[in-house]
Amino acid sequence: MKLMKLARGPVALVALATAVGTLTACSGIGSSSGGGGGGSGGSVTLSYLVDNSDAAVKSANAMATAFHAANPTITISVQTRPQGSDGDNAVKTKLSTGDMADVFAYNNGSLLQALKPATNLVPVSDQPWASDLDKVFVSSTTVDGKLYGAPGGTAFGGGVLYNIPIFKRLNLQVPQTWSDFLKDAQTIKAAGIDPIIQTYAASSTWTSQLFVLGDYHNVEAQVPNFAAQYTAGKMKYANTPAALAGFQHIDQARPYFNKDYRSADLNTGLADVANGKGAMYPQLGASAQGISTIAPGKSNDVGFFALPGDDAATNGMTVWSPGGVYIPKSTKGAKLDAAKKFLAYYASSAGCDTETQAEPPEGPYMVKSCALPSTVSQVAKDTQTYFKDSKATVALEFESPIKGPNLEQICIEVGTGQASASKGASLYDDDVKKEAQQLGLPGWS
Amino acid sequence: VTTTLPQTGQQPDIAEGPRRPARAKRGPYPYWFYLPAGVIYTIFFIVPTVVSFYFAFTRWDLFTSQWIGLANFKEFFQEQALVTGLYHTLIYAVITSGLKVVLGMLLALLLMSKIIARGYLRSVIFFPVLVSTIGVGLTFTILMDPEQGLINRSLSHIGVNGPGWLVDPTWALISVALVDVWKGVGLATVIYIAGIASVPSDYYEAARVDGASAFHLFRHITLPLIRPATVTVIILSLIGGLRSFDLIWAMTHGGPGFSSDVIASVIYKEYQAGFFGLSTAGNVVLFVLVSVIVVPLFWFLNRNETQR
Repeated sequence: MKLMKLARGPVALVALATAVGTLTACSGIGSSSGGGGGGSGGSVTLSYLVDNSDAAVKSANAMATAFHAANPTITISVQTRPQGSDGDNAVKTKLSTGDMADVFAYNNGSLLQALKPATNLVPVSDQPWASDLDKVFVSSTTVDGKLYGAPGGTAFGGGVLYNIPIFKRLNLQVPQTWSDFLKDAQTIKAAGIDPIIQTYAASSTWTSQLFVLGDYHNVEAQVPNFAAQYTAGKMKYANTPAALAGFQHIDQARPYFNKDYRSADLNTGLADVANGKGAMYPQLGASAQGISTIAPGKSNDVGFFALPGDDAATNGMTVWSPGGVYIPKSTKGAKLDAAKKFLAYYASSAGCDTETQAEPPEGPYMVKSCALPSTVSQVAKDTQTYFKDSKATVALEFESPIKGPNLEQICIEVGTGQASASKGASLYDDDVKKEAQQLGLPGWS
Repeated sequence: VTTTLPQTGQQPDIAEGPRRPARAKRGPYPYWFYLPAGVIYTIFFIVPTVVSFYFAFTRWDLFTSQWIGLANFKEFFQEQALVTGLYHTLIYAVITSGLKVVLGMLLALLLMSKIIARGYLRSVIFFPVLVSTIGVGLTFTILMDPEQGLINRSLSHIGVNGPGWLVDPTWALISVALVDVWKGVGLATVIYIAGIASVPSDYYEAARVDGASAFHLFRHITLPLIRPATVTVIILSLIGGLRSFDLIWAMTHGGPGFSSDVIASVIYKEYQAGFFGLSTAGNVVLFVLVSVIVVPLFWFLNRNETQR
């Protein structure tokens, strides 16, 4: 009797532990098999992980609904993860523990390489739609010769959002060279308007990088093999004048920043450029989507031009590929087939139309059979012109796996006058070194 | 578990005479009683600690790890952000700890006096300790906005042009430290109130009979006798200051630039960037740093106390 009584404690503990274990296991399985009807009767539920931004969730839900309407046996349940670096960690952790959703949306380029696609993702090079994709997307989403995802959304540029009415009123042309850009800034300043908007609030620090990242078209125009040399550790920002220019531009633009540039955030910046409080805002074209809600009715007052370099003849835009939609290796059997169908939908014109309805595009689609509707925003039209004229270069982060994590803080140091341009560039070279070593690239030990 | 049960189950039998001395030596409980805590302690504390020391010497991407010896530590100490981060950490710890000691003591003296609504005022000073740090951080970020914030607008009414607080590189760290003091001073005050309350009133009466002034009472009776409270406040707030992260992250993300980065935020950013080995090495450094500062300080403060 006594023995039994004693035994109850530890046994109960073990039982409890098992129960907890089963519970967590259940929720684990539940999250990947969705409504629990997986397999039976031919119907499949796929979980689909996207980041928690409004645009991503809205577009994912629209795609899920439209896809289910076209394929009634497959249900997509959308799940969310944080954005930014926390999201990167969530994706990496889920993949390494085999806990990833059946399908997930994520960046391509250098971030995709960090996921070790060969071990973690299902290649889709053999899918029929793979040949219908734009080279900007294909080159950004191919690792070691294999394509790993379908395009989720449109490409977009990195350049300068500008207020069209101000430019008209002051009789300004879109600047083709950096010196023209500064001259325009001078004219705008004389008219009592903030010439260049910067937004360094803690929530929007990433916006500081545009001067450097958006200048890559000009870097490549002058040093065509920069990406390869840079990845091999042979060229650095600090000792390559064309690359250093991005940091120098921040320093030269400083006198023209808006007064509250240290505390303004992305939304303030977008409102200012849309309402004409400021004239030029170096930004990603994709950010212009926010204007319709922040400054209703002003979407067509905002245009978009490339960050100019030294030479007007090579003027062109640095562009970003849309992220990909991927299938992890943990998705198998009927789910894998369903997941491939879902990716095919993303790469179809029906999929593009669904995306257009959910979120107005800010650049061209990466599926050749998709067309932009005629009612798109001015920013999308301006971006597409650069694509049409073949004046678009894909950003460095798609050409090289290394991007230092502290670029935004370093740009802010230069922008607030804490560091000189050359000091900023060499700080960034040190920052990049850690990333290259982490990836085990040759030439960086 | 089941195989050991029959034997361990015997142990807590009703104590018979001869077995008692042996048990007394082992402690009051049988071994199986320690088992659950021991298992939890091993799985959740010993194993991760040992493993983290291992990963500090590797280049680790969560999928694979590669032994690289001391390279992580070398990298960490070469990094400029770390050197400034180290310096900021010390400044932050000293400012917050110093202000909490001084303000905590003064507030405790005030709240021990015979003022109206003393109980209510005592709880008011403690409320910020209970509020979420992130909430406090976000609230003060809005209050400290250089253009629209309540603080600078109020200052401008009395003709003072307030600094940029969180957005000015020279002010950012100090601004966060001040908010940290506001949030944490309640705890220091409560410790001091307990310390002051434990000083016997006989001493004061005796000193007053001898003609001691109020300052003398404070200097020669209160201050020496609340020394244990002072030691506790210094140690607690110094450790808190050295490993502070949440408030800084909520308010500035270590910015503008790197001007309010402390070791903990440098480590966090490295973890975010996927440098898992490097950031684990950073945590080992932080552990060593806290030990190196706090252990001798603790020993020094307590030694003096016992010597008196």
